Amino acid sequence: MNTSDLLIARFHGAATMDSTILFKHNRPGRAVTFDEYLANGGFKALRKALAGMSPNDVQQAVIDSGLRGRGGAGFPTGRKWSFVPRNLPGPRYLICNSDEMEPGTYKDRVLLEHNPHLLVEGMALTSFALGVERAFIFIRRGYEQAALNLRNAIAEAHKAGFLGNAICGSGFCLELDVHLSAGRYICGEETALMNALEGIRANPRAKPPFPAVKGLWGQPTVVNNVETLANIPAIIANGPTWFKALAATPEGSGTKLFCVSGHVRDPICLELPIGTPLGEIIDTHCGGMRPGSSFKACIPGGASTPYFTKEHWAVAMDFDPVAKAGSRLGTGGVVVFDQTTCMVAATLNLVRFFARESCGWCTPCREGLPFVRHTLERIEAGRGEASDIDILKEHVHKLNYAFCALAPGAMGPVEGLLRLFEDEVREHITGGKCPLGKH
Amino acid sequence: MIPTQLRQELEERVAQAITPREAAVDVMKGLQGHYGWLTDEAVAEAALILGLSTLQVEELATFYEMIYRRPVGRVVVHVCDSISCWAMGSETLLHHLEQHLGIAAGATTADNAVTLLPCCCLGNCGNGPALMIGDRLFGPVSPEQAAAIIAGHREDQ
Ligand SMILES: Cc1cc2nc3c(=O)[nH]c(=O)nc-3n(C[C@H](O)[C@H](O)[C@H](O)COP(=O)(O)O)c2cc1C
Ligand code: SF4
Ligand code: FES
Repeated sequence: MNTSDLLIARFHGAATMDSTILFKHNRPGRAVTFDEYLANGGFKALRKALAGMSPNDVQQAVIDSGLRGRGGAGFPTGRKWSFVPRNLPGPRYLICNSDEMEPGTYKDRVLLEHNPHLLVEGMALTSFALGVERAFIFIRRGYEQAALNLRNAIAEAHKAGFLGNAICGSGFCLELDVHLSAGRYICGEETALMNALEGIRANPRAKPPFPAVKGLWGQPTVVNNVETLANIPAIIANGPTWFKALAATPEGSGTKLFCVSGHVRDPICLELPIGTPLGEIIDTHCGGMRPGSSFKACIPGGASTPYFTKEHWAVAMDFDPVAKAGSRLGTGGVVVFDQTTCMVAATLNLVRFFARESCGWCTPCREGLPFVRHTLERIEAGRGEASDIDILKEHVHKLNYAFCALAPGAMGPVEGLLRLFEDEVREHITGGKCPLGKH
Repeated sequence: MIPTQLRQELEERVAQAITPREAAVDVMKGLQGHYGWLTDEAVAEAALILGLSTLQVEELATFYEMIYRRPVGRVVVHVCDSISCWAMGSETLLHHLEQHLGIAAGATTADNAVTLLPCCCLGNCGNGPALMIGDRLFGPVSPEQAAAIIAGHREDQ
């Protein structure tokens, strides 16, 4: 067998009718070239901004667009930028967060493997808005192809005068550095990321001071996700009103990458109007469930988000509607489970991940997560006790007091398990075994 | 001792950095590439190149999943054990590879050829179950395909 046939066997990320921004330029099976990007309107937004807009105009357009961060928390991007004081001496930094280690999430990889130029242009525009002259792209281990694409894209942008000194004949200068990490989920947390970049053990930092005021090497710093930054060129080129109107609902704004995995027929990553209903993503765009499977539950937005069930089929996949329905849009990583899945076992898998990835800095997380893992292990093995349910509930509450968002995130699926599948948990305990015969 | 060329490359990397320790991960990776894993000697070399104490290097080395502070085989097979791959049968895949290689997860074959390591999400979730060898991602892999991929890498060594 030719093993290279298996290399990223399915290079998902094909352009569809809905690919209006992020996957618009995609070519099947390869990255779009610099010339193709340029010929399709690439770097038009940067030229436009440098020719006739002030940094403040760019920031205002992003504020007006309603763009919310795509890294998980959904913070309004333009507002985050506006927290950066413009009058402090010394450099300011922009960091693109491309750590993407939240299980079930692979959208940033697909984006970078198909179109690294969008990120380069988005980072140039953002740096212009913020007055940044040196920006970093922090990439996880395992994304070497994406990093290579980016390094090539940066070199080509340099050659064409879109990076370096006097960009497009203006006074704006920018250097982009690619920093490769070595694999640790906590490095995606923005303050831990800054420590990682500085070469310090990547425990999170206390907030305040917030990165916008005191970040990388103590200087004002903005951290944004890959997908967030890749949206900026389209906002500047087409205007905030156009961007807002792309959403599936009047309240939303823009498109969203959804990366689907698990028991669907076609587990792919695709760009859809933000607010597309969950059921439509699964049925229309992923070919429904795989043969023989029926939908039991899913994780809507990456490993730290509480489950959705069939009752959530019509929920609009946007930040506020998903939060109202009891979960989080998170990263847009949808992991689908069929009727054969034991939800205790699934939750145990997730908690094992978080317990292993705990950075060890604070006690609630370092000690609490292994305890929760152990409790779930006993329940799954049929050795649970009725009191375990209260113990788990207490931990859902108490782990909110941890130092960073990793521990509360870890308890997202546990909270969902207890709220939506308490009967299934109790069946394990009263029956003395996993009712699905998993263990 | 490390080859002069590698030392020069790493020193150049450090010289480009805003502060030397910013290059710590690159330096550790470079040394790991040379030794196969981050040996005690490599930690001392890294400390010298970065201007850090060996403890400061150790603090970093032990933090990252893909920096090996123990000997590994010539081929390291990382099998994703996170949620999407789990749903698609990563436990079966891992058990099969344990039997096929005759080792437990975490161990190295007696001929020092292959180390089998479960790992966190590889960002290849739509292609679960996924695994990574070197810089290459594979997926979805059946147990038989995984065995063939590993055999291919063994021959390359
Ligand atoms: C444990 C943890 C891991 C995270 N990992 C990532 C990540 O891999 N990528 C990312 O963009 N944001 C990640 N975040 C969120 C970042 O802290 C930050 O909110 C985000 O990068 C901001 O970008 P945005 O405003 O564009 O969403 C993580 C947060 C936590 C608590
Ligand atoms: S919550 Fe966990 S990951 Fe966050 S600081 Fe505490 S120990 Fe580290
Ligand atoms: S869960 Fe296995 S690659 Fe993401």
